[in-house]
Amino acid sequence: MAIELKMPALSPTMEEGTLAKWLKSEGDEIVAGDIIAEIETDKATMEFEAVDEGTLGKILVEEGTEGVKVGTVIAMIAGEGEDVSATEAPDEPVPVEDTPGEGKDVGREPSEAEITKPARKTDVKDPEVPEGTSFTSTSVREALRDGMAEEMRKDERVFVMGEEVAQYQGAYKVTQGLLDEFGPKRVIDTPITEYGFAGIGTGAAMGGLRPIVEFMTFNFAMQAIDHIINSAAKTNYMSGGQMRCPVVFRGPNGAASRVGAQHSQNYGPWYASVPGLIVIAPYDAADAKGLMKAAIRCEDPVVFLENELVYGRSFDVPDIEDYVLPIGKARIMREGSDVTIVAYSIAVGLALEAAEELAGEGIEAEVIDLRTLRPLDKDAILTSLAKTNRLVIAEEGWPTCSISSEVIAICMEEGFDHLDAPVTRVCDEDVPLPYAANLEKLALIDTPRIVAAVKKVCYRD
Amino acid sequence: MAKAPRSKKTATKSPAEDTDFILHSLQDRLEKDRQFKASKEQMLHFYEQMLLIRRFEERAGQLYGLGLIGGFCHLYIGQEAVAIGLQSALDGDKDSVITGYRDHGHMLAYGIDPKVIMAELTGREAGISKGKGGSMHMFSTEHKFYGGHGIVGAQVALGGGLALAHQYNNDGGLCLAYFGDGAANQGQVYETMNMAALWKLPIVFVVENNQYAMGTAVGRSSAETEFHRRGTAFRIPGMDVNGMDVLEVRQAAEIAFAHVREGKGPVLMECNTYRYRGHSMSDPAKYRTREEVQDVREHKDPIEGIKKLLIENGSSEDDLKAIDKDIRKTVTEAADFAENSPEPEASELYTDVLVGEY
Repeated sequence: MAIELKMPALSPTMEEGTLAKWLKSEGDEIVAGDIIAEIETDKATMEFEAVDEGTLGKILVEEGTEGVKVGTVIAMIAGEGEDVSATEAPDEPVPVEDTPGEGKDVGREPSEAEITKPARKTDVKDPEVPEGTSFTSTSVREALRDGMAEEMRKDERVFVMGEEVAQYQGAYKVTQGLLDEFGPKRVIDTPITEYGFAGIGTGAAMGGLRPIVEFMTFNFAMQAIDHIINSAAKTNYMSGGQMRCPVVFRGPNGAASRVGAQHSQNYGPWYASVPGLIVIAPYDAADAKGLMKAAIRCEDPVVFLENELVYGRSFDVPDIEDYVLPIGKARIMREGSDVTIVAYSIAVGLALEAAEELAGEGIEAEVIDLRTLRPLDKDAILTSLAKTNRLVIAEEGWPTCSISSEVIAICMEEGFDHLDAPVTRVCDEDVPLPYAANLEKLALIDTPRIVAAVKKVCYRD
Repeated sequence: MAKAPRSKKTATKSPAEDTDFILHSLQDRLEKDRQFKASKEQMLHFYEQMLLIRRFEERAGQLYGLGLIGGFCHLYIGQEAVAIGLQSALDGDKDSVITGYRDHGHMLAYGIDPKVIMAELTGREAGISKGKGGSMHMFSTEHKFYGGHGIVGAQVALGGGLALAHQYNNDGGLCLAYFGDGAANQGQVYETMNMAALWKLPIVFVVENNQYAMGTAVGRSSAETEFHRRGTAFRIPGMDVNGMDVLEVRQAAEIAFAHVREGKGPVLMECNTYRYRGHSMSDPAKYRTREEVQDVREHKDPIEGIKKLLIENGSSEDDLKAIDKDIRKTVTEAADFAENSPEPEASELYTDVLVGEY
């Protein structure tokens, strides 16, 4: 059967072009790979290569013809043993019918009705802490370590890698004691090479292990963010669900103390904007432990944001074996009826202080710790808003395109009828964090600013 | 205070005693005998596999021209001997492979059904990534083929991780990590080489040097164009291989894999090859002459090379033609399948974002 040579599209946007030159004549033998013609588009001249073998039959579009539409039959090729003279113009093409779901119509827009978003789990709660349970005062640093150590005891595939995690016992001592217990195979000191070891950790997860990759701070993870986002977060989707990447990227995030702009950024909003990632940012020790264990068991890549200034704070942790918390659930830290303060990480402490102060002035604030930034617990925010009708977000980080921005959007879109005042955010100032003590203090969120914002939304200022 | 220059050791040593010798030892072994002693069956199989890649890619180029394949589409035409020579030497049960975006050939080398590959190129539900990945993002965990990565050089660090997993699990496997001469200038490649050598990871780094990083010739982008030397700083032995000769590539694979399997750490292999087509489909090809391409096609083509050997060894033109005919049929079937399979259901939009439910 004669083969039709059609005007090719040489780029995704090309619709027509000029048939600049024929490099073969009617009657020429053609083998695959031969350049048959030159085609010009508005961008470039390109060569048109043969795929099929045979003899060039009738040329239907003369060289020099402009505006040849993509898909137009430009010549015929006679296959082996075919009569060249019989290869005349083709029959009129039969138009392809656009049948939904039949795939003939490349690029068809699916109707919105066909799209189903996955439902969030609504029935999950923190594990019961039975009456009479004892508690141990534990620092956040120890709680994180305990969470990792428990999971390492349970699952041989879990290992820790990062700068100074082994012999040095952790730059912030979060991995203290792990080398002694688990040995150098499972507690791996890396060179200072974030992009490289983040890639190795991600690849190891693809290969079936459960790596915990420590960044000395998330500021350094900027060098590795390509692997966190392009390799870890997107591969499951791009592979149609074949490729798993159960890796935990963890380390301190946000401002520490007097370390300047390059060591002080909160990356929560960056990672929380990426589909395919889980982002956790706990505040107290019990949550740090329970969520660390959940993160390690999670089948999805997790960004686990800690805070250097909170590492040394101690909180009661229940003496419960295997204390694992649900991912994606916020926690009500303090109940109140007048106003909601939403916070995460270090700002939860500031929000609780503010709530105490406000209680002295007759305002009962409900404080919500988001704990997980992605997926965000919308229900917890909206339920509290429905109760208090006023909401302030406290965030140690920049205001622009922040978690605060996201919470405000949720309240506008889904909680508008419950609002008695504009939702307000209290964040760091919109500047790189300065070094000078006075300027740093001015730039960072603090309790008085939260108190002032709450009074404002309560019309009490 | 300046460091005193180290005195050159004057005593002659046997290669075994010379710690620097290891950097050259693999190349020395290759140079002793560059040709893998393939049986006629093996040669026929190489011919068949390379031809399948060639015909598949030609057809993919055609489907792209017809608008059935969108976006980027990087063809492997000209480079077939690299994937076939290397992957034919793998232990399929243990070893893993990872590469960049020019990945169709590496998948076909595994014997993965051309239908599901072509259907991925056309973005159909039956595609190996359900149509969600496209040409650059294909995977087969069943074959331990880990992609198919679109960020230049990322697959090298990920390959380091796969190698770490082989070592951690002590499963005897190695990772074959391919990258191009363009990726060879990415920093993370050297970060990975450092750690791989430091930890003696079972990995073979393969530079598929096709002479052009998109439109930039190696000489215009690289201070050291002998890429096999670039592991020296990390004490990784290098090999300089003719990537247009499938038997030489296979021979190099045997030497490199044996070294790695003995626990001696990584090998860096440069396969010198050539891409006949543009970088991606929309490539004006202004950076090289038609004569240059034609010269390689006529004198160095890997498929013509093995074909000549087969004929010298008693295969008839007709036998080889019959193979070609079968392959054309396979490829036509794959193209028809890819064209006629349905697109993914709209309900697939939100699936596979996360594995767990939260």
